[in-house]
Amino acid sequence: MEKFVHLDHVDVKFSTKKGVYHALSDINLSIDQGQFFTLIGHSGCGKSTLLNIIAGLQDATEGAALCEGREIKGPGPERAVVFQNHSLLPWLTCYDNIYLGVERVFGTKEGKAKLKQRTLAALDLVGLSHAEQKRPNEISGGMKQRVGIARALAMEPKILLMDEPFGALDALTRAHLQDELMKIVAATNSTVVMVTHDVDEAVLLSDRIVMLTNGPAATIGEILTVDLAKPRDRLALANDPHYHHIRSKVLEFLYQRQMRPAAA
Amino acid sequence: MSAVYETVQAQPEVETVVPPAQPVPVKTTMNKPKFELQEKLADGLRWIIPPMLGILAFIALWALVAQETENLPGPLKTWESAKLLFADPFYNKGPNDQGIGWNILYSLYRVGIGFGLAALIGIPLGFMIGRFKFLAAMTAPIISLLRPVSPLAWLPIGLLVLHKAEPASIWVIYISSIWPMILNTAVGVRQVPQDYLNVARVLNLSEWKVFTRILFPAVLPHVLTGVRLAIGIAWLVIVAAEMLTGGVGIGFWVWDEWNNLNVEHIIIAIFVVGIIGLLLEQGLIWIAKRFSYE
Repeated sequence: MEKFVHLDHVDVKFSTKKGVYHALSDINLSIDQGQFFTLIGHSGCGKSTLLNIIAGLQDATEGAALCEGREIKGPGPERAVVFQNHSLLPWLTCYDNIYLGVERVFGTKEGKAKLKQRTLAALDLVGLSHAEQKRPNEISGGMKQRVGIARALAMEPKILLMDEPFGALDALTRAHLQDELMKIVAATNSTVVMVTHDVDEAVLLSDRIVMLTNGPAATIGEILTVDLAKPRDRLALANDPHYHHIRSKVLEFLYQRQMRPAAA
Repeated sequence: MSAVYETVQAQPEVETVVPPAQPVPVKTTMNKPKFELQEKLADGLRWIIPPMLGILAFIALWALVAQETENLPGPLKTWESAKLLFADPFYNKGPNDQGIGWNILYSLYRVGIGFGLAALIGIPLGFMIGRFKFLAAMTAPIISLLRPVSPLAWLPIGLLVLHKAEPASIWVIYISSIWPMILNTAVGVRQVPQDYLNVARVLNLSEWKVFTRILFPAVLPHVLTGVRLAIGIAWLVIVAAEMLTGGVGIGFWVWDEWNNLNVEHIIIAIFVVGIIGLLLEQGLIWIAKRFSYE
């Protein structure tokens, strides 16, 4: 498989009022096409920063961040982002929020009818055709997040970057959206990088779990391959010993190997 | 955001609560409308009684003070005078004797021009100050120095430069109403959530789209707050400015009636100025509500 995103010795340092903060250190990561990566680690370890580097919202201080062999300079429509707080524009309807991105990516090549069709298809994909003309403050948190995903997917990105997309949702809605995301990813064969702090979510969705050590100067502690067969079913997995084995490996990393530095 | 969301949610809840209160179907078809009417009436009374009481208390106090004071006319006398005055608001007997309608319209016209110019310049300037830190740092000392200056202090400069009373009073309105529009717009631009700007970057929107789809709608509520404050100030200032410059206008009219010792008319003018200020403010609040999506 082709190496789609490649991070080579990436370092990130922020200059703050208290001096330079070394956020990420020596990150080496290759993401293949069609794979689902999750980034997991304790709060403040720089998971989101790492995602932002791939998104192009944040520049690496040192090292190279490549996408399709070219250096990542700023955001681009081939790397769509789903934000934690959905970031829908409150003055636009769900339809218009999605259309904004569609128009930008395909507007020069395609006619209005085709753009409309794409927008409606994206809404349909996340099961929100009925909420087309609603504004974000008229729909629930889970629906907002689905519109955010639809907006990202409608741009037909080569990679979908998700920053704790379900973090602000209640457990039932979260489970429901995880199932939907699995279906969508399987149907579109998307490449996904997702930041999460939820171990079950990481194991359920991922092909690879990238576990980060604690900051400052966080780096990749271990990359775990999740070789559970797809499609996955959360109920069946509950009794799968291999699932529990992988899950306990992640827990062990987070709570045995990485807990002490945080407490100290 | 949550406040609006809750009120939107609350309406269907009220509707769903009502039906269980009708156990016997035959009776309820008779009782329900009556019941609702009573509810509405009670609601309306609850809403109207406190302000009415306040106004009555105010009038009573006024009447009491007027009785004890030699020259101050009471509510009844003022009311009689107002009926006469508003019977023919648009008469015209030369430049120094025109109906109250003309005086009000002239004042509104001056406010409109001065305030309109201030909006035309202040709002774009506010956008630029909010967007470019350099410009903000450059203008900050001048704005902080000039903003607290009493509006009427600008009148002599206006008379000096513009030579005439009319443009000078417009100038005073302009200079005193421009600050809240600049400052509120600039604050609004600075407070556009980083998330929205990130969306713009990820979607790779053009500068024009960023402005029309993100910056402008995000800043609009702040702009309207600035506009509301500005029109309040403009209306406050026009009365004082016209007292000094003369001509047709509600401010000069007050001064003129003082010279005629027609105290009833002065009191009427106070009410007129208050009511128009209130209407301007409420109108803008109404507009601001229409453009609020949070």
